[in-house]
Amino acid sequence: MSATTYRTCPRSGLQFESNAETLMVVNAVTAVVALLVGGILAIGVVLTRWPAVHWLAADTFYMVLTAHGIDMLIFWVIFFEIAVLYFASSTLLRCRLATPRIAWLGFALMLIGAVMNNLTVFQGGSSVMMTSYVPMMASPYFYAGLILFAVGALIGCFVFFGTLVVAKRDKTYQGSVPLVTFGAIVAAIIAVFTIASGAIILIPTFFLSIGLIDQVDPLIYRTIWWAFGHSSQQINVAAHISIWYAVAAIAFGAKPMSERVSRGAFLLYILFLQLASAHHLLADPGVSTAWKVVNTSYFMYFAVLASMIHGLTIPGAIEVAQRAKGYNNGLFEWLRKAPWGNPVFSGMFISLIGFGFLGGISGVMMGTEQLNMIIHNTIYVPGHFHATVVVGTTLTFMALTYFLIPVLFKREMIHPGLAKLQPYMFGLSMYFFCLVMMGAGTLGVPRRHWDLSFAGAAMAYEWPGAAYLMMGLVGIGGVAAITGGGLYIYITVGSLLWGKKLDGGKPSAHFTPIPVSAPSAAAQSYGSAGFAAPGTFVLAMVFLVSFVLYYFINWKYLSQVWGLS
Amino acid sequence: MSAILPPAERLWWKHPLDRVEGTWIVISFIWCMIMFAMMVGWHIWGKQNLSTETYRTTPELFTTKAQAVVDKYTVRTETFKNLAGIDEKIPVVAPPPGSDVYLVARLWNFWPIIELEQDKTYRLHITSLDYNHGFSLQPANINIQIVPGFEHVVKVTPNKAGTYSLVCNEYCGIMHHTMVSRLYVKQGGTP
Repeated sequence: MSATTYRTCPRSGLQFESNAETLMVVNAVTAVVALLVGGILAIGVVLTRWPAVHWLAADTFYMVLTAHGIDMLIFWVIFFEIAVLYFASSTLLRCRLATPRIAWLGFALMLIGAVMNNLTVFQGGSSVMMTSYVPMMASPYFYAGLILFAVGALIGCFVFFGTLVVAKRDKTYQGSVPLVTFGAIVAAIIAVFTIASGAIILIPTFFLSIGLIDQVDPLIYRTIWWAFGHSSQQINVAAHISIWYAVAAIAFGAKPMSERVSRGAFLLYILFLQLASAHHLLADPGVSTAWKVVNTSYFMYFAVLASMIHGLTIPGAIEVAQRAKGYNNGLFEWLRKAPWGNPVFSGMFISLIGFGFLGGISGVMMGTEQLNMIIHNTIYVPGHFHATVVVGTTLTFMALTYFLIPVLFKREMIHPGLAKLQPYMFGLSMYFFCLVMMGAGTLGVPRRHWDLSFAGAAMAYEWPGAAYLMMGLVGIGGVAAITGGGLYIYITVGSLLWGKKLDGGKPSAHFTPIPVSAPSAAAQSYGSAGFAAPGTFVLAMVFLVSFVLYYFINWKYLSQVWGLS
Repeated sequence: MSAILPPAERLWWKHPLDRVEGTWIVISFIWCMIMFAMMVGWHIWGKQNLSTETYRTTPELFTTKAQAVVDKYTVRTETFKNLAGIDEKIPVVAPPPGSDVYLVARLWNFWPIIELEQDKTYRLHITSLDYNHGFSLQPANINIQIVPGFEHVVKVTPNKAGTYSLVCNEYCGIMHHTMVSRLYVKQGGTP
């Protein structure tokens, strides 16, 4: 293990250990390949659901939709997250990666699993959607692929935990781990829970598919599958919020307003975020009211509280840092003078706003037990999760990539002008895409549905014209977003292939521990009315007002539908 | 000193809270409690709460009960061309208010067609005979999951007369997008 080397990046001051670096590169590149495949599939999904185009045949559409969901929600984000975990441990703590060979084994399993699953789906007999609800069955290779992938990801998590131990033992840092590493630990803990749930339900389903057992209860499947399916998105939340803190630190030198608050909020995630998988069972038979109320509220909304805290403390930290630099006029000079041309920052900020306003508010609304009845399984649901997973996670990972191209990949970015534009193009068209999908969902348009016109069906339902209009706009927004995603892949892959090679720093056989920094003065002389970040507070209040209004509008809407008891 | 470095203060948990954060936490907490109270309160004062009455069932058992209601309360049949282009008669069932109504979801239709009276309450029994299906009532936009093996009894009180559509909104295989039916609600008192 002593054969490894360390280099200190001359541009960022970050120290990379060679094993960890190679693994980060390989995981991140594989993630981008998954994104590319998922993005190509997205063209098929969008152009089919656009009523005027209605491109693919039904069986192809359902197959493409199945693969799109799995490639994006599982393979793209988790490959990238493994890279993030190695970065948050080995790089930020400046230590060697624990057991690199086992980390390679984990990667190999993930890759084999992902390829196996994708090939199986493309053979056509496994168009069961990402959720693969029993008793609808896919090929055994479909489940086997997912299981192999999950085992690989689990190994990645344990390599991460092992690396934390290495750092502690080698005393590469003093005191507590950085906040970003802390957030990554939260993500990894959630990941272990998630993968365990996945194993508990997918292994019996695999046995069912090869005829070893003859039944898996459909409701138990749904309950445990969602402990995997939704929790995997909670890994994303913890991961991308950690990256937001990292970007605030990298782009502004911002320090967390209060370590206690931010870490406390992360802790609430560990305790309560998992309960969110109950959201998927609100319209189901067989689960009690008390169970729904406790779980769907994440036990009295403590996880929502945590997200609302992060939503304030991250821009708050940026505001404090900007005001300290002298951008201290009025409420919003700090924000106006932010580096909007730097895609690392703009991507992160567009992500933060979209995640909060679109993903967050819609998520809490539809996660309310009774309100769920007016959106369950409509296209509102993908509208919501494209705001959380695409605007939130994917865009954040894109922003981080722009930072990593010179630092980790040691390449100069090709087309910096295009990169400047990309987060706006992708993020804003995704905002639009999500909004019109939610609009169509409130009109009842179902998700995972090939034909709005019900051609050939005996008692076709005539959707209101507005539904067709909304779905047309979904098509347009989707095409724009896919173009934005394509730009990201072009810039990233292009930079790796053709970007000018940059000096990576001299390799050394020894690590340099993190120097102890002097405590900063707590007193702050900027801000107003005793508020260190008044501008952020105003933004937070705008958020709260939108949240309250939207929440109650939906109750009003619910109160007008049929009585149900 | 920053989020990517260890906290400079060793005792970071004793670091004072900024007023912005403190105020926001209090506001957010209150809002969270209001939302929690809404969800619980709606069970007491609200009129739209999804029933949790559920029984395990089998396709045979459920079909038998549904058939009995169809035999007893069919008021007319409607004829539609099915996917094969063949005329198919579907019974329209109008059971008396307060009674049990059965709805079967299966690949790829709902059976029978149900006719209810406005402002009257019915016990609607729903199950699937095969895969998961969706009960999506349009344009009212009420959406319920249908899980095979489970008989879900939902008490419904239609508040507006008219012709409704029942759309399956859970993916159930290759002809999922043709799974659509009707549900009639007539004015109270008139036949």
